[in-house]
Amino acid sequence: MSIRDHARTAKQAMQAATQAAMTKAIQLAPDSWMPGGRPDPLIFHKHGHVGQPVSRIDGPLKVSGAAPFAAEIPLEGMAYAALLFSTIPKGRIASMDVSDALLAPGVSLVMTHRNAPRMATMPLFLTGAKAAGGDDLPIMQDDRIHWNGQPVALVLADTQEQADHATSLIRVTYQAEEAVTSFAAAKDNGTVPGLFMNQPLQSRNGDADAALAEAAHKVDAVYRTPRHNHNPIELHAATVMWQGDRLRVHDASQAVAHTAWSLAQVFGIDEDQVHVTSPFVGGGFGSKTLWQHQVLAAAASKLAGRPVRIMLSREGVHRMVGGRTVTEQRVAIGADADGRFQSLIHSGTIAMTRHNMMPEPFILPARSGYASRTMKLDVEVAYVDMIANTFMRAPGEAVGTFALESAIDELAVAMGIDPIELRLRNEPDKDPSTGAPFSARHVEEAYRSGAERFGWSSRGAPGSRKDGEWLIGTGVATATYPYYRMPGGAARITLSKDGAATIDIAAHEMGMGTSTAQTQVAADRLGLAMDQVTFRYGDSSLPGVVLAGGSQQTAAIGASVIAAQRVLVKELLKLAGNDSPLAGLKVEDVGGRDGGLAKLDDPDRFESYASILSRARRDTVVAEASPPPPLEMLHWSMHSHGAMFCEVRVNAVTGEVRVSRFLGSFDCGRILNPKTAASQFRGGIVMGLGLALMEETQFDERSGRIMNPSLAEYHVPVHMDVPDIEVMWTDIPDPHAPMGARGVGEIGITGVGAAVANAVFNATGKRVRDLPITLDKLL
Amino acid sequence: MDLVINGKPVSVDVDPRVSLLDLLRERLDLPGTKKGCNQGACGACTVLVDGERILSCLGLAVQYEGRSVTTVEGLAEDGSLHRLQQAFIDHDGFQCGYCTPGQICSAIGMAAEARRGLPSFVTADLDGDPVPLSGEEVRERMSGNLCRCGAYNGIVAAITETFAEDVR
Amino acid sequence: MIPFAYQRAGSVAEAIAVAARPQSKYLGGGTNLVDLMRETIEAPAHLVDVTGLSTAIEDTDNGGLMVGAGVRNTALAEHPAVRSRFPLLSRAILAGASGQIRNMATVGGNLLQRTRCAYFYDDAARCNKRAPGAGCDAVGGFNRIHAILGASPACVATHPSDMCVALAALDVTVHLDGPDGGRTVPFGDFHLLPGDSPDVETVLRPGELITAVEIAAQPLAARSTYRKVRDRASYAFALVSVAAAIEVDGGTVRDVRIALGGVAHKPWRAHAAEAALIGQPARSDSFRHAAEAELAAAAPLSGNGFKVELAARAITAVLDDLVEERA
Repeated sequence: MSIRDHARTAKQAMQAATQAAMTKAIQLAPDSWMPGGRPDPLIFHKHGHVGQPVSRIDGPLKVSGAAPFAAEIPLEGMAYAALLFSTIPKGRIASMDVSDALLAPGVSLVMTHRNAPRMATMPLFLTGAKAAGGDDLPIMQDDRIHWNGQPVALVLADTQEQADHATSLIRVTYQAEEAVTSFAAAKDNGTVPGLFMNQPLQSRNGDADAALAEAAHKVDAVYRTPRHNHNPIELHAATVMWQGDRLRVHDASQAVAHTAWSLAQVFGIDEDQVHVTSPFVGGGFGSKTLWQHQVLAAAASKLAGRPVRIMLSREGVHRMVGGRTVTEQRVAIGADADGRFQSLIHSGTIAMTRHNMMPEPFILPARSGYASRTMKLDVEVAYVDMIANTFMRAPGEAVGTFALESAIDELAVAMGIDPIELRLRNEPDKDPSTGAPFSARHVEEAYRSGAERFGWSSRGAPGSRKDGEWLIGTGVATATYPYYRMPGGAARITLSKDGAATIDIAAHEMGMGTSTAQTQVAADRLGLAMDQVTFRYGDSSLPGVVLAGGSQQTAAIGASVIAAQRVLVKELLKLAGNDSPLAGLKVEDVGGRDGGLAKLDDPDRFESYASILSRARRDTVVAEASPPPPLEMLHWSMHSHGAMFCEVRVNAVTGEVRVSRFLGSFDCGRILNPKTAASQFRGGIVMGLGLALMEETQFDERSGRIMNPSLAEYHVPVHMDVPDIEVMWTDIPDPHAPMGARGVGEIGITGVGAAVANAVFNATGKRVRDLPITLDKLL
Repeated sequence: MDLVINGKPVSVDVDPRVSLLDLLRERLDLPGTKKGCNQGACGACTVLVDGERILSCLGLAVQYEGRSVTTVEGLAEDGSLHRLQQAFIDHDGFQCGYCTPGQICSAIGMAAEARRGLPSFVTADLDGDPVPLSGEEVRERMSGNLCRCGAYNGIVAAITETFAEDVR
Repeated sequence: MIPFAYQRAGSVAEAIAVAARPQSKYLGGGTNLVDLMRETIEAPAHLVDVTGLSTAIEDTDNGGLMVGAGVRNTALAEHPAVRSRFPLLSRAILAGASGQIRNMATVGGNLLQRTRCAYFYDDAARCNKRAPGAGCDAVGGFNRIHAILGASPACVATHPSDMCVALAALDVTVHLDGPDGGRTVPFGDFHLLPGDSPDVETVLRPGELITAVEIAAQPLAARSTYRKVRDRASYAFALVSVAAAIEVDGGTVRDVRIALGGVAHKPWRAHAAEAALIGQPARSDSFRHAAEAELAAAAPLSGNGFKVELAARAITAVLDDLVEERA
């Protein structure tokens, strides 16, 4: 560990200690002081748009190919960019000959470290309120190579074909230095404790080692998960231009405001000189933040004095957009004769670079999942010279639940207890790590209803069901993902005299159905029809710093609109004055209804928005506000859960695994739109099937090179891999979350790996602890 | 070179390196056809050429001289959505919408193939009769179209409903 | 992609004349070549489009089929004579790639598909096939999809085609035309093992064009099949595949054809297994024994040892199925 690492770790540890003290104070404060302490009135609103299976309002655009994506904005005089990537993991550029490239037809610029403009490094994602960068490395500022695949040259030409060709004419030689590219070597070099969003990835409760040693029943095994890539079908792309010292970016982004601020830091300009829009994103899953390509495109545009389009090749996405890192996890569980956990140990190591801060936090599920008398949780970091790893759908939980929920299944098998029963025997009554009360936790209900629908009771002993060549088995696992709401939200409501409203917030649509669900919510909140509400998003000039990540966007938008509505109502009551049926009422007393405001418990006291504005001679009323900081996350333990049921068929001849049935039974609070939420759940499960059965970024440990940068060789599930997936939910509102809803974007991928592995065990009697479960492991 | 795109004759001069996909997206202002890999591995660029589905990223534009190309922009009839497009909305057969044009064009070509009796890898009988579009048949025949959002169930439902007469 | 000149040939003679220019290449459906050109692994200066030539499937006098090299994969799989007389060929084609690619790819192009070895595709890696003499990074790297039979220290890559595995199991002749006139090559001789020069993959001479593949009549092929084992349920290259046909008389194997995919630098005709089976009882144990005879020569790498057992099981299961179906 270097001095720099020590200093960073020490600083972070201090911040963590301060944070811990704050957390304690927040936990002890009365409920009523908390956001969500008084339930969102919309929770009790039963017959509105919320909860209806409304079809996507942007559906017609998407099915007709008319939704504009980042690489589909044509700009006058635009040049196309292509990139050349390093072929060594570490060292220096020894020589670089760009002369042939410069002479190639159509080429207007070859940018390398020799001529790139001076730029600061990107603020590293989640190290600041608006930081969006995937790494904090110099971008073409020197001759140093930090990973195999680092961009070393960018070519601009009149067409993409010309740019691609010219790139192939650049000759580079390298002076290689010794690199750490194997996980084993990195671990041998020593590990450091992981810090996740300034919190140490370490929990201790009692003496877990001693309790394990004494336990009547125990399992103790190591589980491994490989690197993964998000691989959204839309390639990362941006169309950029400078207008004087103002930068305009058409991006594919799940963080427009973050990206605008971060680009401003890179180019040393004001945040409001950068305008980032991203109306449609062709899938993100954590990958569509700020990576070097947007910076390089903007730098090249500046040098060339032309607008620039950059669209990474599929190889380029793998070379310069990080993915989920490799993990090695030990799970040990000790239980008493009744199956009650006496010891829960979940510890292990992940690979990370020195240029990012994402120690895949696989222990998060264990923190709040089970009551155990003692607990020891740790994530250690080993440094590898590679592309910076990053957040990918349910970071931590997706792979953490594979290990934890497999181990629980192993214990259930060892003890001869039904795995659902074993889990329910260990249901905690408060958060096992923090002691905080749960805001809402209905794991048992999710299991009970899921088991009934799935037909769990007909399950057989391992290896007991066969249909021709196919062995059949079923498995189960718990899905879990926390409720998050990040600070920085803000929204603006513009109400016009015709009674229509526009909601403005710098949020994102990358398939979640944001505009649809939020239009439903806003319509109910304001008492309007859906076609009276316009939801504008995907633009950094709108209010709010709202990340489409951590399944938090719905809550962040919800809380922001609640805050803005409060300001709006206050203003409207003032405008209504003493001649209104609303006279004398306070903000808390009224709500939106039938195109106006009404007293909550006396709807006859009502005045329409049109009437209020017309009497006040106003065309519009504009209200903008930010919600209070998300203290509810600390005061309560807020988590979504799911019971994942899987049936697999394993070919006894070839070892091929096919998932024949899958059911997810979720407890995620209130479901705002059953149609789009079901797609989120299913989508997560499909990605989970990929994680379970086929996905692996092949990282050559000799060279640090990703060897399958292609959708032909990086396998994601195809139609034929995916059976009909049933999803259901408790629909029990979380009283402390806006709209009673917790996020639904990530939980679907969690628990799937274990549900599949546990089903494979039930089918074959073989326990696979290394993902993906490919056929060679079952022969 | 001359070709017909969405029913309209088009005359263009192209570098032979230009793929049919880039001709559509970058030269003819038809970005509805998507680039997802440019390697023939995802299906997002699927278009119909004389009614047959192909991957426009693997075809050089010059190879399609004189052919009739239909893209997602050309599917609407009389200004209203093709019934398969509507079914995709009804069944939520997409999330981000990026693979969607390819899925839709592919499904139209696929249904015609099954109707004329082209078997698939999962067709038990190679007799050449029209193949009923069971869920399994649709899934196998559509496997060249990846959807990373995982909207497969909705896509299959939309296709099955639209081509119900082929399902039987 | 480097700049190149494109020309569509109106006849075989014209194609051959045009392709006499240096650095010429014939273009079929483009499903592999265009991708390789984008990767700059292939860099022809002249592309001669031959897709319009030889697009017919015709019966030959002796009950076989003459398949033009320009026939699309879909058209071949769909042809009534192929479905009824050579079902293994239909099934093999339908197991490959996707519907869209099968609509584009040609028979001639399918024979010339290049390997999916990751080190062949990546110009940062050493590859004797791409740069003769450079060395091979696959041997100590990711070689799960690589060869277990017939490989050399220079190259352990596999041929990725499904269609060719079916053709390897049949009596097929490849018809070629070129600057020095036409000739025919037995299918089994068309593809080469890697030896010391893995960059040379077929017996094609400079400027030679595949014009047709001729499939001889062989009644046993009417009862034949193709089984493909892969990492996902569809749209993936084979880890191991088996094309087979068998003729049984009174419980004894009279004749048998077995070819394997995913195991070698070329579509692998399992001659040793076939020889071990003729005259033996048509039973699972003899199938397994024959498979083992074929795989005795297997030399697995660090990551593909499973293929030996997988291939043995797949051969056994396919023959079991064919015999059962017949019974």
